[in-house]
Amino acid sequence: MTQTTIAGHPVDVDPEGFLTDPGAWDRDIAAEIARDNGIPELTERHWQVVDFMRERYLRDGAAPSIRTLGKASGVPVKELYQLFPKGPAKLAAKIGGIPKPRGCI
Amino acid sequence: MPDDPITKVSIIISKGSLEGIYPGLILANGARMEGIEANVFFTFFGMDAIHRERHEHVKVAAVGNPGLHLATWVGGVPGMSSIVTHQLAKKMEELDIPPIPEFVELIADSGAGLYACQASVDMFGLTRADFIDQVEDVITVGEFYERAAGGQIIFT
Repeated sequence: MTQTTIAGHPVDVDPEGFLTDPGAWDRDIAAEIARDNGIPELTERHWQVVDFMRERYLRDGAAPSIRTLGKASGVPVKELYQLFPKGPAKLAAKIGGIPKPRGCI
Repeated sequence: MPDDPITKVSIIISKGSLEGIYPGLILANGARMEGIEANVFFTFFGMDAIHRERHEHVKVAAVGNPGLHLATWVGGVPGMSSIVTHQLAKKMEELDIPPIPEFVELIADSGAGLYACQASVDMFGLTRADFIDQVEDVITVGEFYERAAGGQIIFT
């Protein structure tokens, strides 16, 4: 765990840059993580996915699978990969300030 | 210095049982989830995973499968394959692992290329129309290697 500064906030991150405390997150932090990961601007559709990931994590204690993401977030799988080409579940979790999803699906 | 990350994989699925098909599908989906480019090449009985009529009926092999830890004669009892398959399917649903038809569609939607093997198609007397729409093409082994260029090949 290392401390870094994102969008002017001091935050703790894991070696891959995922926030270790979801409570330290805000939307400015999300925007900066997105820019650092190849998404210059978060659109309304990006936010729909990021918010869904975050809500599910805070509710269930685990990030949803790509299957659930495609079925329940309101954004279909094809579009998820257009929005987050480097991996929707992983990247939306990172931007949403929650731990990296651990599932295989 | 850290090793170079994997950026492309081509996965061959050659077996027609449930336990023969899932590992390749999980590898393909997992690759796409990591942002890794993926192709899936279905050959021999592995083509059941993309066969319109068969992909909903893929079963665990109950005979000759020491991994099940069943006496050989028990594995041969009529219906045993369906029972074992049903149990496993239930467990997989709990774990949010999709059934084969849905999983293949998910992988296609994720941008992976799905291909059937020309030699196997000829051998079994199949045509393009026997496969689900997500299959991009029926290709030869040479074309498979062309598409696999620059990446890793995984045989399952």
